[in-house]
Amino acid sequence: MALTETPMQAERAKTIYEKSKPGRRAAALPAAEVAETPIAELIPENLLRAEPPRLPEIAEPEIVRHYNRLSRRNFDLDSGFYPLGSCTMKHNPRLNERVAALPGHARLHPAQDPRRAQGALELMWLLQGSLSEICGLPHVSLQPSAGSHGELAGLLLTRAYHADRGEERTKVLAPDTSHGTNPASVTMAGFEVVKVATDEVGGVAMDDLRAKLTENEGEVACLMLTNPNTLGVFDENIAEIASLIHEAGGTLYYDGANLNAVMGHSRPGDMGFDIVHVNLHKSFSQPHGGGGPGAGPIAVSDRIEPFLPRPQVVRREGSNGHGPSFDLDFERPKSIGRLRGFQGNFGVFVRSLAYILSLGGDGLSEASETAVLNANYLKARLAEGRAGERLPIAFDRHCMHEFVLSGKPMKRDLGLATLDLAKRLLDFGFHPPTVYFPLLVEEALMVEPTETETKESLDAFAEAVEKILAEAETDPELAKNAPYTTPVRRLDEVKATRQPVVRQQLGE
Amino acid sequence: MTRYTSATPDDRREMLDAIGVGSVDELFAQIPEALRLGRPLALPDGMGEAEVYEMLAALAGRNADAEEQVCFLGAGMYDHYVPAVVDAITSRSEFLTPYTPYQPEISQGGLQVMFEFQTAMSELTALPVSSAGLYEGPSSVASAGYLAMGATKRRRFVVSRGLHPHSRETLRTYSVGYGAEVVEVGLEGGLTDAAALAASVDGETAAVFLQSPNFLGAVEDVEALGAAAKDHGALLIVACDPMTLGILKPPGECGADIALGEGQPLGNRLDFGGPSFGFFCATEAQIRRMPGRIAGETEDVDGRRGFVLALQTREQHIRREKATNNICTAQALNALGAMIHLAWLGREGFRELGELLVRRTAYARERLAAVEGVELLHEAPVAREFAVRLDAPVGKVLDRLAERGIAAGYPLGREYPEFEDGLLVAITERRTRAQIDELAEALGSAVAEFRGSFRTDSVQKEPQVGGAA
Repeated sequence: MALTETPMQAERAKTIYEKSKPGRRAAALPAAEVAETPIAELIPENLLRAEPPRLPEIAEPEIVRHYNRLSRRNFDLDSGFYPLGSCTMKHNPRLNERVAALPGHARLHPAQDPRRAQGALELMWLLQGSLSEICGLPHVSLQPSAGSHGELAGLLLTRAYHADRGEERTKVLAPDTSHGTNPASVTMAGFEVVKVATDEVGGVAMDDLRAKLTENEGEVACLMLTNPNTLGVFDENIAEIASLIHEAGGTLYYDGANLNAVMGHSRPGDMGFDIVHVNLHKSFSQPHGGGGPGAGPIAVSDRIEPFLPRPQVVRREGSNGHGPSFDLDFERPKSIGRLRGFQGNFGVFVRSLAYILSLGGDGLSEASETAVLNANYLKARLAEGRAGERLPIAFDRHCMHEFVLSGKPMKRDLGLATLDLAKRLLDFGFHPPTVYFPLLVEEALMVEPTETETKESLDAFAEAVEKILAEAETDPELAKNAPYTTPVRRLDEVKATRQPVVRQQLGE
Repeated sequence: MTRYTSATPDDRREMLDAIGVGSVDELFAQIPEALRLGRPLALPDGMGEAEVYEMLAALAGRNADAEEQVCFLGAGMYDHYVPAVVDAITSRSEFLTPYTPYQPEISQGGLQVMFEFQTAMSELTALPVSSAGLYEGPSSVASAGYLAMGATKRRRFVVSRGLHPHSRETLRTYSVGYGAEVVEVGLEGGLTDAAALAASVDGETAAVFLQSPNFLGAVEDVEALGAAAKDHGALLIVACDPMTLGILKPPGECGADIALGEGQPLGNRLDFGGPSFGFFCATEAQIRRMPGRIAGETEDVDGRRGFVLALQTREQHIRREKATNNICTAQALNALGAMIHLAWLGREGFRELGELLVRRTAYARERLAAVEGVELLHEAPVAREFAVRLDAPVGKVLDRLAERGIAAGYPLGREYPEFEDGLLVAITERRTRAQIDELAEALGSAVAEFRGSFRTDSVQKEPQVGGAA
């Protein structure tokens, strides 16, 4: 291992403010063209700002160089394997970027009269229809901005549904394996979380579910589930779970984070779910953008439909030889109301519809098949050799699109924590899997390869893990101090929370 | 194989052998038979790249976009010029395709951008703590409500009717969930009714929500209005338009505890409403209650400067049901666009652009007010948007102007029944004097044409939900 600094490491990170010099600028603005009246004559002085904000002063070449150099300090999906569990890091087709950038999409004002935005509304209608078919539920709202926003929507819909029947239910069940957003959304929506245990194969523990339903009789508003769950296991009891929840008067919510496993194979609506959110940035190829944007449309059953957010895109049949037309429907008296401004993340809708059109029904089904094949193959590769011994699979059975390993033996035998393995993988040019989630698996490592990876990539990853475990047998310190080759090495995250420095101190 | 997968029949064979199964179907056997779809999805067959392009381009062609129409629409999203450097940088794979920066050693680019962005937003709002970005404007308002409830242990919001109607409605939607009451205060002469506001705030009030410039374009005296909040220990939450913050006194200097808003005007395209980002800045006192990601500066083991996600103990992946918010996205790519746009404008350019907007808006307002059948809806000071009343049905006038290639503005009647004849007109640096003159002329002739005609607006009414109008 080279212990000399890489050129990038030797260079101290400088912010754009530290490259600023008074008098430099990039913008050339249009001339005023109108009277240059002093601003204080147009707006009272007490409402005006004394000094302009201290933004950087810098010309275009240095802006481009600064952000290009910064970009090289990022690892990205286009550069290498990114098996981040529950995140579905699949290829982002460039066609989608091209169509999203067409002026008819990109420069369309959201308040444009629907009669002059027919293409956009039809596009939303087509996407709604596609998601409805994929989810097996008849109604879709595209409004939620992200998965977590979809969850909040689903819980508010549940509240409205019960209220409409004259019931006030206060509790929401969620398995201990659920994504952290589930309980966080439950609290935001004003409910209380009741945890349900997981059985020996990673499914909902049926005895515990029955017990929780009895203990909280008449109070359970909803059960939130991910299926396949966060252990990558399809819950075979789902039909029974659905009937138990429905008999208890609750709704069944599907966290669509793992939909990529089952597209065209099994549909949440057919499993008995009432409300589903879909992460367009996971299964439907919207780029993750380094932490957004995404979108979290919801699909719902008939009984939930009256409560969907406003406005809804509707299609009106044409008459007198005219084709159908599309409109925004605000007349929804039982609606929970808006969850955000305007119509949702339309730019994301364009990309996801392009993706669905490109693959078609068969292609989506094949994408899921290949995702499951890739995951099981990688799982098999990691069951061999040292990985099989030090990183056993948490629940040993065929997985769906992802699987969870436990680093417990690795930690016990080699002194290597899952975090150390993750950091060492960075030196091998891989993004590590999700670590320390789900919480019920000790030293968890959650791997989701997705369908767009080649067998060669999967092999290379398995070999890297093997190599790291081998080197740790003779020199565990190597992994414990990793990474070495990244722009910076391990960072002090505790300090960043105890004494947070969240902005640059700027001079005059 | 689809064009985005690579497993050849040989690959599949080898992989299945390694797994120890005969077919992929065996892997799906864990799905009970009764729950398998058992038929192809009823969706069209996959299309070639060029075909998909043609189909979506045809749909795009059926929209009247701001390339084709002269756009005076605003209401929170504006047709600003987005500099070419924004597109060039945001389309780079290294910014476009990573996930949230959970592994900071290989995410320094994105994390540093967040830190730079937070610094810029703190500068703009004059508040010391900034989130790395929330979904968009109105839901950020609702998140501020959730924060205020946590901070004050109170459950009542007093909201100006000058706050964007989408923000008010979103706040109400969320409030039904987290259990808060929303009380609305009306407008007087285009501005928040100060006496009514003061009378509405009490010791049970968690927060007072204002917007400046407000939805009718009027610049509010936030400092004076906010005193009512201070007197009762309520938080002062101010929604603002970032493009006006080079000119207008920043919320942090007006006593705001939280300043937030829709970020689209900064470096983001219209996109029919999203994706964009919400900005959210607050006082130090709120740092541990903030929603969303926050980047912080730190050091690596060798003492090098670096950046990480800070204060993660607020967040859902650590705190679960005790998290300060459920949001995980930071709209990182949209915030990057904003940061580049701000750097491109620079300190002087940002102020100059603000001045340009104020002057052209003043010109447009004066020009329109001089048109027969058009009068100002209010006389309060404005920065980049203003409201007029038309002596003719707004819907018919808008249709006539659309025929002339002009999107004349936002009809107010849908959300403000009291201003059924109202039109909100927005100005950006793209709206030239000649275009403003053309708007005035076209508005004049359309109003003349429909003056006194039967008032059946084609504009659909948005029903009011809950609360007083």
